Amino acid sequence: MIIKQISIFVENKKGRLAEITETIAKSGANIRALSIADTTDFGILRIIVDKADDAAATLKEAGITVSVTNVIAIGIDDTPGAFSVPMRILSDAGIDVEYMYAFITRKSEKAYVILRVADNDTAAKVLMDKGVELLDEEGFHSLM
Amino acid sequence: MPIFKPEIECASRTYLHALQSERLVKMVENAYNNVPFYKKKLDEMGLKPEDIKSIDDLHKLPFTVKTDLRDNYPFGLFARPQSDIVRIHASSGTTGKATVVGYTQNDIDVWSDGAARAISAAGGKKDDIIHVSYGYGLFTGGLGLHYGAEKVGATALPVSSGNTNRQIQLLQDFGSDILCCTPSYAMFIGETLRDMGIDPKSLKLRSGIFGAEPWTDEMRKEIEELLDIKAYDIYGLSEIAGPGVAYNCECQNGLHVCEDYFYPEIIDPDTLEVLPDGEYGELVFTCIGKEALPLIRYRTRDICALTREKCACGRTTVRMAKPKGRSDDMLIIRGVNVFPSQVEHVLLSLNMTPNYLIIVDRKNNLDIMEVQVEMMPDMFSDTVKSLENTEKMIEGALQSTLNIHAKVRLMEPGALPRSEGKAKRVIDNRKF
Repeated sequence: MIIKQISIFVENKKGRLAEITETIAKSGANIRALSIADTTDFGILRIIVDKADDAAATLKEAGITVSVTNVIAIGIDDTPGAFSVPMRILSDAGIDVEYMYAFITRKSEKAYVILRVADNDTAAKVLMDKGVELLDEEGFHSLM
Repeated sequence: MPIFKPEIECASRTYLHALQSERLVKMVENAYNNVPFYKKKLDEMGLKPEDIKSIDDLHKLPFTVKTDLRDNYPFGLFARPQSDIVRIHASSGTTGKATVVGYTQNDIDVWSDGAARAISAAGGKKDDIIHVSYGYGLFTGGLGLHYGAEKVGATALPVSSGNTNRQIQLLQDFGSDILCCTPSYAMFIGETLRDMGIDPKSLKLRSGIFGAEPWTDEMRKEIEELLDIKAYDIYGLSEIAGPGVAYNCECQNGLHVCEDYFYPEIIDPDTLEVLPDGEYGELVFTCIGKEALPLIRYRTRDICALTREKCACGRTTVRMAKPKGRSDDMLIIRGVNVFPSQVEHVLLSLNMTPNYLIIVDRKNNLDIMEVQVEMMPDMFSDTVKSLENTEKMIEGALQSTLNIHAKVRLMEPGALPRSEGKAKRVIDNRKF
C-alpha cells in the first residue's frame, strides 16, 4: 500500500525547474502528480511518475539532488466532507501529516490524496481498518 | 578643539625621532630578554638588541604576523609575568582561536592616553558625557573609549551596544555630548531617531567617534546629517592596543597616529620593503610604548598610506589615510573579524564538504552575512522542516565560532563556482 515518490531539491534560481523537468522528460517517465513546497531559499519538488526508478537514476546522473520517499495514496469520494473522514481517523490515531497534495484523474470519479506521514504502515492500517480506500503502485498507475 | 597632549601631538619631528629611538631600544631589549619567540627570531637573524640604536634601525627587525600570536596562544608572547598583567582582551583569530592581548597598568595608561587624544580631538572636555555604545567585554571597543573618557576627565557612560530605544532615551535624558560606537550602529541610531520622529537638533549630542569597521566618507556625511553631529574616525586593533591608535582631528584629513607609542610603517606586502610616505601599502606597527605585548613590526594587513605633512590642526604627528582594504581575506562584519577559514573549519567539524560562499551585504546600514553551503546528498530530505533544521544547526555552529549571526542557505551540490586556483569564497557587496 506504499507508493514511491521522488523528491527533488530545487534551488531558487531562474530556469532550474525547466532544467529539472527536462531531465525527467529525458528519462521517459510520465508525471502523474506533483506538488512543490517553497521557502524563500529553496523548493522541494515532489512528483509521482510511472517509472520512478528510471527517473530517479536519470536525475541523479544529471547531478540533481533527489531522494525517493514512500508515501501513501488514498481515494475519497468527491463530495463535501469526505476528506475530513480520513483526517479525523489519522488525528485520532495520533498520526501527524507532514504534507499532502491532491489530484483527480480522468478515469475515476474519486479524488485522490497523497499523504506523507512518519509511519506509513501504521497510517495505512488505521485507514484501511476504517474502510478508507488505499492505492498500491499498480492501482495508482491503472488510474492513468 | 582641545589637544590632549600637545607636548607630543605638536612636538617637533626631531623630538619625536629621539623619543621613538629611545623607546624602540628599550622595547627591543624587553622583547629579546623576556619573549623566547623574539629571542629565537633575532638570534636566527644574527641580530642583537644592541644593534638597534635608533628608530632608523627598525627595518633590520623581523615582522610579526597574526599567526605568531595564534602559535603562541594564549600567553606565549607576553613579556611580563601574570602578576604584572592587569587586563586581557581578545579578538577572533583565523581558526577560531582568539588573538590574546595582555596589558600591564602602564599599557592600559598608554592605550587610554591614545583614546583620550581621540576624544579631545573630537572636542571632548571634562564637562562632557561620553556615551559609549561599543560592546564591553573581550572586544576592545567599549573599555577603550571608556578609559579614554575617564582619562580626559569627562563622564563615561558605559551603555554598551544594543537596545536602541534605551540608547535614545539616555541620549535625550542624560544629554550625552559625544557618541562612540561602530559607524553602522550610529547610522542605525540615527535612522531610529528619524523613524521615531525625534529631531536630532533636540539632542545635546554634538560629535561622534566611530570606528572598528570600514566606512566611507558618504556614510560619514549621512551620519552627520542623521544625528546632526560631526563624525570622527578612530582606528585601532586589539593586537596593538584597541581604539585610539590613530584618530581624526577636526580637519578630518587622515588619522593622527599616536606614533610615540605605536610606530607606523608602510610596506609592500609582497617584497616587504618599506615604502615612502604617500604610497599605499600594508600598515605595520611597532609597539614602542608597550610592555606586556611588545610586538615588533606587526603586520596589520590594512592597506593605507602615511603622510608627515603638518596638519592644519597644529598636530605634527604622522597621519594615516583611512584604510582602503586588506592584504588578507579578513572581513570585518559588524565590527567582528571574520576569516573565511573559520567557516571552513566549522563545516569540516560537521563532516560537511567545505564548499561554501560567503556573501556580505549592508542592508539598512547593518552588515548582513550569508553563507551558502553545498548540501551533501545524504542531508537531503523531502520535508522543508528537516532542511530548515539543517540550516539552523549550521547557523548555530557558525555563531558559536564567529560570534556573529550568519544566515545559512543550502545549495545544490556543485552549485557553487569552482575555480582552478584559489577558490572564490567571498562576495562583499558593501561599498566602502
